[in-house]
Amino acid sequence: MSFLTTTIAGLQLNNPVMPASGCFGFGKEYGQHYDLNLLGAIIIKAATKEARYGNQTPRVAETASGMLNAIGLQNPGVDAIINEELPYLRNYETPVIANVAGSTVEEYVYVAKRLADSKSVQALELNISCPNVKEGGVQFGTDPVLAAEVTSKVKEVSGDVPLFVKLSPNVSNIAQLAKSVEVAGADGLSMINTLTGMTIHLPSKKPLLANKTGGLSGPAIKPIAIRMIYEVRQEVSIPIIGMGGITSAEDVLEFLLAGANAVAVGTANFLDPFICPKIIEALPNVLQRYGYESAEQAVGKGHEHGHHYISRT
Amino acid sequence: MINQMMTVVQKRIIAKDTVEMVLQGGAISFVEPGQFVHIRIGSGFSHMLRRPISIADVDHIQETITIIFKIIGAGTEELQNVSTGTQLDTLLACGTSYPVQDLELKHALLIGGGIGVPPMYYLAKVLREKGVQVTSVLGFQTKEYVFYEENFKALGNCHIVTDDGSYGWKGNVNDVIDAQSIPFDYYFSCGPLGMLRAVSNKLEGQSGFISIEERMGCGIGACYACVVPTRDGSGFRKICKDGPVFPAGEVLL
Repeated sequence: MSFLTTTIAGLQLNNPVMPASGCFGFGKEYGQHYDLNLLGAIIIKAATKEARYGNQTPRVAETASGMLNAIGLQNPGVDAIINEELPYLRNYETPVIANVAGSTVEEYVYVAKRLADSKSVQALELNISCPNVKEGGVQFGTDPVLAAEVTSKVKEVSGDVPLFVKLSPNVSNIAQLAKSVEVAGADGLSMINTLTGMTIHLPSKKPLLANKTGGLSGPAIKPIAIRMIYEVRQEVSIPIIGMGGITSAEDVLEFLLAGANAVAVGTANFLDPFICPKIIEALPNVLQRYGYESAEQAVGKGHEHGHHYISRT
Repeated sequence: MINQMMTVVQKRIIAKDTVEMVLQGGAISFVEPGQFVHIRIGSGFSHMLRRPISIADVDHIQETITIIFKIIGAGTEELQNVSTGTQLDTLLACGTSYPVQDLELKHALLIGGGIGVPPMYYLAKVLREKGVQVTSVLGFQTKEYVFYEENFKALGNCHIVTDDGSYGWKGNVNDVIDAQSIPFDYYFSCGPLGMLRAVSNKLEGQSGFISIEERMGCGIGACYACVVPTRDGSGFRKICKDGPVFPAGEVLL
């Protein structure tokens, strides 16, 4: 087990692979099809103070090597999540990371405190990067001052529960954002959230998504995620959960090399509902093939050479 | 839902842009009318979303299912280009079904529109096996889109209606229901949202079931991409998991 065991912000994971928030509901659906104890952790769908219905449909659209989504943080509200969704996940030993969303700093603080006090989750992921809601979400994540403010306010109430801040790629200087939330007390980072995009439906000549814009995810954004994690790793020392287009164990290693300590798999769950356990099963061989004795050993190793070397033999 | 590879054993064009494909696999015995199959397109990442396609027929002896889909974009175009013998990665028997085994009925009215016609066919067959009389009203855009007329006629009365009157009745399915006094205990309908809305309004107060199409993400109820509000305003339903079949009046169309 030590081959894949990973520690992030004091959280012990049996392996560094977890489903990303929003792609896995609250675990029940996937739990019907495989043992959730196989997962390193589970990041559940965003929680807000009140129930939210989200955006009108259509809410998803396929794009080249990716997809756009504009779900709009649909969730039953933090109390219903604590009372009705989280008890199911107590059947498993897998750590649960709760994604916290809000429209105001006060709402973020309320939701984070409720979840931290519930003792049903092992970490929080502060969602200041959702591109699909009018209020809350991304405007907190694109301003380093606001991002730091909401981080420090939530940190005041989260107690011993580690706080990961999920960063938006829709900024010109992600390292600056990362640094500001680290200084504000974040225990770790999640990155990246989706990139704002749009697709136009030819028959109707209108944006396909009812919300017009959506968040782009999938393999199409992987190089952006790798670049941003690489940049941020040079600026911060807190752990990073890397995500953005992961579909294979090779992708996981690439994220580790860029500086991620663990990874989350999102869109690929839709392509293959069994993708997470498949990646976890394949990971030891991939690590060994590239010369690593553990997942943790690979973290940040992509930074050790100023330039890459390709053998011409 | 189960994940299995299914082999394409037959495919043919049965109407304009409309493909009938027969898939052979292992566990088809529990497929019920109204359920769908969520199919991966290709083996790489050029299509990151599966395609939900309704099940038009099940052959328990040959261990095959028949799907019928319309070519509407790059994904369905690629699907229709696969050759026989190709293995398709499928999530089989997704979603809810028409609860025909639980219903006391003598005469069913089936109303299908366009690509909502295929699931009506397997439903009609299962109803006939139960001894239920079936009347079908099937709407298409024009004559060249009409398919399965003979199949439905073999199972009961069948009325075809086209938007432009180029075949069968002229107008929409409601025009036929208006003109014909069709006796029925329950109605079953699948088709575009506008048609379902019109049919539900016309048959308000009658017992029935509708089936909804929507763009889907996961197909198993986890991602909340394909939701529909409940009619009483109390919440929502996931079309892929709580549906695609809903009792008439349960959701807001």
